Amino acid sequence: MPLLEIKDLRVHFATEDGLVKAVDGVSYEVERGQTLGIVGESGSGKSVSSLTVMGLTRAPNAHISGQILFDGQDLLMASDDELRRIRGNDIAMIFQDPLSSLHPFYKVGKQIAEAVRTHNHDVSKAQAWDRAVEMLGLVGIPEPRKRADAYPHEFSGGMRQRAMIAMALSNNPKLLIADEPTTALDVTVQAQILELIDRLQSEFDAAVVIITHDLGVVAETADDIAVMYAGRIVEKARADTIFHGPEHPYTWGLLGSIPRLDTARDEELVPIPGRPPSLINLPTGCSFHPRCPYVRDAHRRVEPELAPAGDDPSHRVACLLDHRTRQSVWADLRSGRTPEEARRLEVDRRDAGLDPAVARAEDGA
Amino acid sequence: MTEAAAGAAPRADRATEPLLEVRDLVKHFPITKGVILNRSVGAVQAVDGISFEVRPGETLGIVGESGCGKSTTARLVMRLMAPTSGSIRFDGREIAGARGADLKELRRQMQMIFQDPYSSLNPRKTIGTIIGEPYAIHGLHPEPGRRKRAVQEIMDIVGLNPEHFNRYPHEFSGGQRQRIGVARALALRPKLIIADEPVSALDVSIQAQILNLLRDLQTEFGITLVFIAHDLSVVRHMCDRIAVMYLGKIVELASSEELYAHPRHPYTGALLSAVPVADPRLAAQKKRQILAGDVPSPTNPPPACRFHTRCPKAVAGHCDTDEPLLDPKDGGNLAACHYPLTDAEVAERVPTARVAG
Repeated sequence: MPLLEIKDLRVHFATEDGLVKAVDGVSYEVERGQTLGIVGESGSGKSVSSLTVMGLTRAPNAHISGQILFDGQDLLMASDDELRRIRGNDIAMIFQDPLSSLHPFYKVGKQIAEAVRTHNHDVSKAQAWDRAVEMLGLVGIPEPRKRADAYPHEFSGGMRQRAMIAMALSNNPKLLIADEPTTALDVTVQAQILELIDRLQSEFDAAVVIITHDLGVVAETADDIAVMYAGRIVEKARADTIFHGPEHPYTWGLLGSIPRLDTARDEELVPIPGRPPSLINLPTGCSFHPRCPYVRDAHRRVEPELAPAGDDPSHRVACLLDHRTRQSVWADLRSGRTPEEARRLEVDRRDAGLDPAVARAEDGA
Repeated sequence: MTEAAAGAAPRADRATEPLLEVRDLVKHFPITKGVILNRSVGAVQAVDGISFEVRPGETLGIVGESGCGKSTTARLVMRLMAPTSGSIRFDGREIAGARGADLKELRRQMQMIFQDPYSSLNPRKTIGTIIGEPYAIHGLHPEPGRRKRAVQEIMDIVGLNPEHFNRYPHEFSGGQRQRIGVARALALRPKLIIADEPVSALDVSIQAQILNLLRDLQTEFGITLVFIAHDLSVVRHMCDRIAVMYLGKIVELASSEELYAHPRHPYTGALLSAVPVADPRLAAQKKRQILAGDVPSPTNPPPACRFHTRCPKAVAGHCDTDEPLLDPKDGGNLAACHYPLTDAEVAERVPTARVAG
């Protein structure tokens, strides 16, 4: 049984402007000892889905449906008290901005000790303090006994993020959710933190969900990657597949948008045209269709399901193009063709009737 | 390859006068104590004796981590603040001490694009006014209607809809706001544009749009660009030459190709090794070189080589007593290091070096 299993999660917020469909039918699972990377841009719903796991989106205007099974228990059904016991104990979260997630008035050691004592009432203050010092040492803060006695403002950005991680791990959580854990940090510090999460994960055999917009970060840390767009997962696969055999046009777009250190320098970037849709007024059919170079008429009406991409059952994609078309377009893109050229080749192939399956799907739609 | 890419990379060794020449530039911010008897008790040595030049039409990148002095350098060159000492020559003129009308005239020639498109635009002004502001300041196009046409022309160039002239910044997305920032910088057709982290606040797909726009504009208008960023892949993509800064000093200066193919300064090596590679196969091969600790305080930087406290190759009695100068090293890079990285070390730590260059 997976440690965390999310089934058809929907999180909608009623606002004055209309119903915001922040998360709209997301399903995924994470096993013990595994890292799932969730990639997406602002407004893709990647943070809201994980905040919901923590029960942090419960609000009068939030409509939440679906299932969040953690160790077999449905967290959406859990009472606030039950959630409070799980949160910070079995499931811990690291936030993006370490300065605003630490209380400025309390010493760092005290804040970690408090996290320990909240969940273990029989631990004395002194024991909790020792645990805080031990955790600070574990995450690589020099002179932990002395630093536990310092206030958050006396820490550098990287040290604060370490302190957050120390706090998150102080109760040996089974699941760690890291929401953009390194976005606010410099690259060398980012490398330290990623290495730390990696090491601690193997030590504690925790499951990790890492949420980020940085494809490099997931490439280095994640076993599986889910790509989110407009509140849904559009593609999910092993990390290697996402980078070497992706089948969703949005994933292609993301990969084409980033300058890379491992390709020729003058390689032209291919941005995704347009911008992410409003979550209040999602496009009909495939929500990526207004930005998709390979869109066909039917795609504006039919909503794609997240379905197996080909023979590999771990690779799922929500795209109305068929598997063979997607493979040949990706091959074209990979060989350096622009999306425009790839689109024309694809149309040519279709017109030439080389792809009867596609023609049939088109007629049927 | 497209025209934009080829045009944006003029060979750096062209024998031309530099457009911008910075010599021994220093900026120390005094730390004071006391109210009445205000005395100086120390200084934040934000920029401490850096020299570089930028040739017409090229793009110079400045990279480094928070607090290395890269933004201070930009503000000094723009003369948004006065340097403590040193010389800045722009287009053959010394501008380190320029003031008043000279400074105003100077700003017609150089403009800046800021990091945060949300806070660098006045929310109470229409974008027509914002982009037209440089004309108003310099008294250009005073005739009615002419200024509006000029603004709309620029909006069109940067990919904004000219009909949105009367809208306010909040009506635009982050990427579009950054286009407004670019339009404002471009309005006076300056010779030099300094872009300070122009894409770090933007989403990935939008980043590429702005980077392509900057490259296209540079080719079209022959603008010289100083590009400041912390993202090493973005900098490599944009720049002809790159200066790496650490604690107020330039530690390495080389062409993009040289820097990424064979970094010589151990700090550059550590930076490149730390960049996450968007490819799980390469990432798995890499032996990540982790720098211990944090950047020391610029108030009290380490003596001699400022990197020696964190350097894996530092030799006691040499690196901490004898300051290395920015000298040519193997492969042509200028690096300030007594014990530069060898090719073997580079190959081990930076898997991307083999494909770069």
